[in-house]
Amino acid sequence: MSEPLIRVVDLAKDYVMGSNVVPALRGVTLDIAAGEFVAVMGPSGSGKSTFMNLLGCLDHPSAGRYSLDGQEVSALSGDELAAVRNRKLGFVFQHFNLLARTTALDNVALPLLYGKLPPAERDQRATRRLTQIGLADRMDHHPAQLSGGQQQRVAIARALVNDPQLVLADEPTGALDSRTSEEIMALLQELNHDGITIVLVTHEHDIADFAGRIISFRDGKVIEDRANAAKVAAAAP
Amino acid sequence: MNFTATLRIALLALRINKLRSALTMLGIIIGVAAVIIMIAVGNGAQARVEDQIRSLGSNIIMVLSGSTTSGGARGGTGSLPTITEDDAYALNREIDEIHAAAPTLRGSGQAVAGNANWSTTFYGTTAEYLEVREWAVIEGRGFEVAEVSGAGKVVLIGQTVAKNLFGDTSPIDQVIRVRKVPLTIVGVLDRKGQNMMGQDQDDIILMPISTARKRVLGSTQQAKSRNVGSIMVKIKDGADMAAADARMRELLRQRHRLQSGQDDDFFVRNLSEILQAQEASSKVMSLLLAAVASVSLLVGGIGIMNIMLVSVTERTREIGLRMAVGARGRDILTQFLVEAVTLSLIGGAIGIMLGIGGATAIAEFAGWRTELSGDSIVLAAGFAGAIGIFFGFYPARKAAHLLPIEALRYE
Repeated sequence: MSEPLIRVVDLAKDYVMGSNVVPALRGVTLDIAAGEFVAVMGPSGSGKSTFMNLLGCLDHPSAGRYSLDGQEVSALSGDELAAVRNRKLGFVFQHFNLLARTTALDNVALPLLYGKLPPAERDQRATRRLTQIGLADRMDHHPAQLSGGQQQRVAIARALVNDPQLVLADEPTGALDSRTSEEIMALLQELNHDGITIVLVTHEHDIADFAGRIISFRDGKVIEDRANAAKVAAAAP
Repeated sequence: MNFTATLRIALLALRINKLRSALTMLGIIIGVAAVIIMIAVGNGAQARVEDQIRSLGSNIIMVLSGSTTSGGARGGTGSLPTITEDDAYALNREIDEIHAAAPTLRGSGQAVAGNANWSTTFYGTTAEYLEVREWAVIEGRGFEVAEVSGAGKVVLIGQTVAKNLFGDTSPIDQVIRVRKVPLTIVGVLDRKGQNMMGQDQDDIILMPISTARKRVLGSTQQAKSRNVGSIMVKIKDGADMAAADARMRELLRQRHRLQSGQDDDFFVRNLSEILQAQEASSKVMSLLLAAVASVSLLVGGIGIMNIMLVSVTERTREIGLRMAVGARGRDILTQFLVEAVTLSLIGGAIGIMLGIGGATAIAEFAGWRTELSGDSIVLAAGFAGAIGIFFGFYPARKAAHLLPIEALRYE
């Protein structure tokens, strides 16, 4: 593999608060290969969320380079970043962020709306993803009519609908009970087995344990980057 | 993102907040309805004046006899019979600006036909009268030259007289007795309606001036001379009314042999001018009404901006999410702009219906004349759309300029 999916070099982000400059990320250099399942850990204020936002092209880095799928994205304009997010990335949020009073199907199809696909194909692809995550019978339901786990599944289907190269999950189990959390993690794991690269932010060790690689942040720096032995061993046979 | 998708998103967002959308639209509805009704009322008033101008005939100047003073008591206009039939012919002949001039002798009396009778006003005049008043004979014919000069026993009657004396039967060739003088009806005049004073202009009988003088007015003073009550003059289209007015005065002074120091012994009244002034004032009035109504439309627009701003704040997370999944700033801008324009256009459509209904109701119940114009409806609709764009733009731009990361984190 010549080029990793993600390559960040000396990535830094400062926040300006009044006259103070608060460094949130102080030079991070790492590669993530296609097909990896990475958990990003760290206490609050460690810079893990900032790192995720930069990976998600939601924010501009203050310094450093970030290349995604061979494309240098750190210098792209707002519209170009929107296009990158639309084509290459999928997001899963802690609070699901589904559109209220909108059917599951329309929620899943939302990214395709901005991807200039004809309506028939949008519905077809959204239906396929909803079926894949086991919610074929809930397509016409509004988020309020779904359980937390089901809502997060819809959100995952939405993250997958545009066939992204990378799925970013920001504490996807933060608002769920432990049983549902495990179901969601199992689903993510399954998707990873199907070849989707996943980067997950969490502060829970048992959630991070589902990943094959764990990167720990503190004070804006990577303090540990290790393969998850248990997972690697379990996956080996 | 294509336009139908944007429109669908906008309609969905509006449907989700039905009550709020309805209340927001209310401002536009009232504004548009007010503009349409006010313009209809203003146009109605204007049309009334225009109708009066049309019924009078355009470019009309009246020449009236002067006043006399005897023993300190000043008589009114016409108390000194100075102008004559010949003045009218001279005006016709000598002043280029004049299209036609008709002398008139006025009288009133009972008209009898068969067993019906009706008190009315009659005018002795010449064939030019119909030309001056732009009055058509809808049945029968006008006067012939021989009848005018030779006191022919013929009359033309107005619609009101025809209706009262003959009902639905044709009055042509019937004999009518005016002040006991039997005259034959040769023509019926077109309907004129009310004049600016509210008088029924169709309650009239026209006869040749010589007939009036010799046969009908009989022994009255006017009958003895060549004097007439007034001369109605129509100036040619495009001619300078003021110049014509001055030349008429000059000619009449000459004919009446007035010295340069003497006052005129006649009056010249420009009737069209009076009506035109009235028309101008009604124009100002309708403009004023429309301006007041536009203010309510403006207030409606501010209402839309208000609600859209609230909506943007309330839906910040939604905007963040849309951006995260690939919406560009301009997609968000379009979405909110389409929402605002949709609100104002739907409001505008309802307002148009309400305005048309309101204008009709005013005409029906208040008895005012209202005139709905297509222009005002198109204008109001266009204005509503423009207000949607204008007042929707600021909130939409605010939404589009949100940073995705901050919008997503917004609580």
